[in-house]
Amino acid sequence: MENILSVRGLTVDIPLAAGTLHAVRGIDFDVKRGETLCVVGESGSGKSLTSLAIMGLLPKQAQRSAQVLDFEGVDLQTASNRDMRKLRGNRISMIFQEPMTSLNPAYTIGDQLTEALLLHRKVPKPVARDRAIELLEKVGITAAANRMKQYPHQLSGGLRQRVMIAMALMGEPDLIIADEPTTALDVTIQAQILRLLKDLQRELNMAMILITHDLGVVARIADKVAIMYAGEMVEAGSAAEVFTAPKHPYTRGLLNCIPVPGKTAVGEHLGSIPGIVPSLIGDVAGCAFRSRCDEATAQCATDIPARISPAGHLYRCVHDYDMNQPKSGEA
Amino acid sequence: MLVYTLKRLGLALLVTLAVSMLSFALLYLSGDPAAAIAGETANAEDIEAVRVYYGFDRPWVVQYGEWMFNAIRGDFGTSYYFKLPVSQLVAERLSVTMLLGVCGISFALLTAVPLGVAAAVRPNSIIDRIALFLSVMGQAMPSFWFGLVLIVLFSIKLRLLPPSGSDSWQNFVMPTIVLGYYAMPAIMRLTRAGMLDVLGADYVRTARAKGAGEFRVMFKHALRNAIIPVVSLAAVQMGFMLGGSIVVESIFALHGAGYLAWESIGRNDLPTVQALILVFSMFYIVFTFLSDLLNAWLDPRMRVG
Repeated sequence: MENILSVRGLTVDIPLAAGTLHAVRGIDFDVKRGETLCVVGESGSGKSLTSLAIMGLLPKQAQRSAQVLDFEGVDLQTASNRDMRKLRGNRISMIFQEPMTSLNPAYTIGDQLTEALLLHRKVPKPVARDRAIELLEKVGITAAANRMKQYPHQLSGGLRQRVMIAMALMGEPDLIIADEPTTALDVTIQAQILRLLKDLQRELNMAMILITHDLGVVARIADKVAIMYAGEMVEAGSAAEVFTAPKHPYTRGLLNCIPVPGKTAVGEHLGSIPGIVPSLIGDVAGCAFRSRCDEATAQCATDIPARISPAGHLYRCVHDYDMNQPKSGEA
Repeated sequence: MLVYTLKRLGLALLVTLAVSMLSFALLYLSGDPAAAIAGETANAEDIEAVRVYYGFDRPWVVQYGEWMFNAIRGDFGTSYYFKLPVSQLVAERLSVTMLLGVCGISFALLTAVPLGVAAAVRPNSIIDRIALFLSVMGQAMPSFWFGLVLIVLFSIKLRLLPPSGSDSWQNFVMPTIVLGYYAMPAIMRLTRAGMLDVLGADYVRTARAKGAGEFRVMFKHALRNAIIPVVSLAAVQMGFMLGGSIVVESIFALHGAGYLAWESIGRNDLPTVQALILVFSMFYIVFTFLSDLLNAWLDPRMRVG
């Protein structure tokens, strides 16, 4: 199937007083229609900036560059502001992390929902209104017609995130980018929202990029996974490959942090990754993970090429790792 | 919304009552009113006669009650100086002051809000610096001095505008600028701070993500939220302009209520001063009340529970 979004060599640099912060350092990925790509990484790994770079919504001082940044034949790098506006909210939608503050407190839910459609289509207001009510019902909001008249402060966090999702769907987008959509919500709501997103994505045959730091989420809904570390994509491939045959020590570290029902004993320590993410200010050479990696050797300080695993997925590590061999120091 | 309005209204009435007591007390705070009216050459008998004539010999509660009762009906007594009903005097002068106040606040808002928005959109840019410079100037220059500078420049040197009087619109140009420029810095700085705050808000990013254009993002989504505190400030300043334009009216000899207050204080014309203080305070109270209502209208969080 045709790629909806192709990204090659995307970098985001932020000039700071102390030097340039290389927040995203040359990442590549593709998303096809009807496919869910999960981008996983810890805070500061550059996942949110990646999504903002696609949307063209980076902070003013941030500099974006890429060899390829193509959305259905439109080069997002050369697209005018006007063209980008036509794409945003229409063909590419975004759902943000903070449902509590992402809705404008001064306008009703109805105003904000219909605006998303009226900005892009010449349709009469009642049509936009009907569509908004239909979508509110679709995202599981009862008494949708009454909700239209309410203001954001009258809604709970879970409801607000459902409204944000409905808003993102108003223009029937081809690609939806969800940046940690469940982080601010409590656990029971998290599961509902994720299921809703996955169901909608299937039903409407959209492409979805889901940004998260929760591997549990990924296991449930991802078709493809990309693991980001320090602005780089250290491992990427189909969810099945990355989960069953992780090649990068960072990926394995992340997987070790998750308790597995039936395997992890009560009271057993979960894995953790020692150390902190290195500073990305100034030139960064070699593998950024090596200071935290058990297997680091002198070779890790050199340039790390992208390699393809026997299973067919991409990773950036000079070491070969066999799942069946116990890790050094673990035996 | 009804409960909110009633609460605010109750509060406004209480403040009015307190102010009325204070402005009544003014009669006695400034010394013996009878002696003041009788004049410096009067003897003790004359003063006593004046005291009885004006009713100053009665208990103050009775006097206050009578004054308040009359005031509610619009009767503030007779001016000691003009020998005319105070209400008539004040009403005539108030139209000039209100015109000046409306012009002043309009000038302040029309310059301050666009400048504040422009400064917030590009912080530390040349526009921001100019806006900062203008606001520091506005805050640092006393109105009387700025007024005199304008008179020297536009009336004496350039001979473009009349220096005093209130006969034509040209008389209002300089007073409007002086009065408006006094209110401008605070409004501008508050607009800038509010916009800077709001432009970083998540919902502004949401608006952009929806595909809204910059103009729509700025004015529909950002300014609507940033303007809420500015409305309160502008309302209070409007009250100030109607009551406190004494300096400006005196400099330009605009025959407004402020000028009347200044004259009446000099003439010891207490009924007029009392009435003016009550009217000026009422302006504050009414505008604060209106700004509360306007705020509630602008901010649904205050309106719908």
